[in-house]
Amino acid sequence: MNGMTPIVKKVTQLIVGLIFLYGIYIITHGHLTPGGGFAGGAVVAGSFILLVLAYGSDILKLKKREEGSSVVESLGIFLFIVLAFAAIFIGTKVFFANYLPKGVIGELISAGVIPLYNIAVGIEVAAALFTIFLALVIYKEEVLK
Amino acid sequence: MEIILSIVIVFMILGAIYALYAKDLLSALIACGIVGYGLVICFLLLRAPDLAIVQIVVETITLVIMVAVVLNSTREELKEKAVVKVDGVSYVHQRYIVNVILVVVFALFLLYFFKESIYTLNHFGEHVTRMSTAYIESAAEQTGSANLVTGVLFDFRGYDTLGEATILFTAVIGILTILRAKAKK
Repeated sequence: MNGMTPIVKKVTQLIVGLIFLYGIYIITHGHLTPGGGFAGGAVVAGSFILLVLAYGSDILKLKKREEGSSVVESLGIFLFIVLAFAAIFIGTKVFFANYLPKGVIGELISAGVIPLYNIAVGIEVAAALFTIFLALVIYKEEVLK
Repeated sequence: MEIILSIVIVFMILGAIYALYAKDLLSALIACGIVGYGLVICFLLLRAPDLAIVQIVVETITLVIMVAVVLNSTREELKEKAVVKVDGVSYVHQRYIVNVILVVVFALFLLYFFKESIYTLNHFGEHVTRMSTAYIESAAEQTGSANLVTGVLFDFRGYDTLGEATILFTAVIGILTILRAKAKK
């Protein structure tokens, strides 16, 4: 897959970090401001997709990245399920119960286990969307040429 | 606000209809984009920023991917042959009349019940269910989350969120299975 023109590359270089940080912000502040795991994960995946589209990459590197991102995706959903199952053994012993202390409403570290759920879902969504994109690109490069 | 919402929805419907009849695949895609981004404006007008963020990001990503796919394909729809011919003109005429009469009757029927039911509804924006008032009043204290949507998503409706995440996971597995070019040894 070829890269784009130098203008696109330069603008991407300037802007992609901001997009990535914005995604991280939406994920980690999901319990305070609008957004959450799904929205922030999609923004993070968008920053990676922008990088691949603008700079391009040869197919071997893309394959390595696809393997990595699918592993990360599985780890994300595994973390989510482990966090949910931990509630069976701690505290009130109910699936999906909030077993961490809730803290003060409106602070960054509050709401118990909800921020951790957000982070797990964010990792899962970001890696899933990026994996789908990479699978399509690799299919095009390998089969259609 | 309802007037602005109606205008946006009319634009979305026009975009959807144009997408059906466009000759060029790329312009059909752009017309689909009208629907998606109009939905973003609808969500913002209805004060649902969480949904608006998700919708605008997912719409952009899917539009980019679909444009990339369309640019690599034929771009124009293949011309199909006209509809099958029917024997006599009078026959066509009869079926035409019957169809139109049926459509009109059903439309009047549905309009009547729509008119009957719409008077018993609450006003626009006033919800009916008691469950949502319970959520709005007690979600912040019970979950400790300042954003009520996240509180409901990850606490009251945790199973729902687990299902959504699993759906995404399954979709990725399916795509990887279908698009794998060669079997691994």
